[in-house]
Amino acid sequence: MRRLFAFLLILAAPAMADSNLPPAQWADRQLPDPKQEAEAKALMEQLRCLVCQGQSIADSDADLAGDMRNMVRTRIAAGQSPAEVRRWLIERYGNWVSYKPPIDPATWPLWAAPLVLLLIGAWIARARFERRKP
Amino acid sequence: MSRPVRFVPIALLVVFLAFVAWRLTVPADTTIRSKLEGKPVPSFALPEALPARATFGSTDLATGKPRIVNFFASWCVPCIAEAPVLRELKAKGVAIDGIAVRDRPEDIAEFLKENGDPYQRIGADAQSNVQMALGSSGVPESFVVDGRGIIRYQHVGPIMPQDLDLILTELEKAK
Repeated sequence: MRRLFAFLLILAAPAMADSNLPPAQWADRQLPDPKQEAEAKALMEQLRCLVCQGQSIADSDADLAGDMRNMVRTRIAAGQSPAEVRRWLIERYGNWVSYKPPIDPATWPLWAAPLVLLLIGAWIARARFERRKP
Repeated sequence: MSRPVRFVPIALLVVFLAFVAWRLTVPADTTIRSKLEGKPVPSFALPEALPARATFGSTDLATGKPRIVNFFASWCVPCIAEAPVLRELKAKGVAIDGIAVRDRPEDIAEFLKENGDPYQRIGADAQSNVQMALGSSGVPESFVVDGRGIIRYQHVGPIMPQDLDLILTELEKAK
């Protein structure tokens, strides 16, 4: 019984959680120009979905993610650069919306961490090598 | 290895576990706030949402008096919960403009018939473009815009009865 219930729960669609409108024109359609499509795709993989916050808009099925893909493709097709589109979104939602963190006072430890860890590792390794010498 | 140093790894583990336990009990706030508070409303113009119903654009918001721009949708359940509070705000003389996100005219008409119509003007945002332009990430969301067209406050989620005072205070501050 419990199993059946769990199974039914998997099948159940959330009631009224989605719009009745079909996806926007460029939500799930590639741009005719392959170079522009490649640029748009690369950018979409680095933009965070505002609804399912752990996914990129390239991966998400949310309505808003579709509209964000439509917006990215429309702007790229109109000749904007991916950097401009990213900046436009960051102006509205903050750095959070982009998966590519900029180097600023809040994020430099993140960028410095690999280097610092490597130096610590080298220091530990050196201490070990020296002990073996005599 | 000296004695105190030996306990460093276990101490680190305890600190780490304490951090995990803390974050599990007090989850991080996942509300997305618009960065446009304090800035002018970005320029936009909306097509009409219903036939024979006035729509609006960004230039229509600087009317000299603060007003509310409310993102809603007929397919949004919390919007139903918010509707009576919006009607109450309207009764208090607050001007509210609605933006119907990803919606069809017949559904909007049905929604307004069932839940009341607190809006002065309604525009249709079929591809969420205006929603993104304002830094909003869902429905319902409301923006208090002052008389010069500057965004003064963003309310994420439905305006519930307990939020009424907060909204009225923000409207007062925006005067």
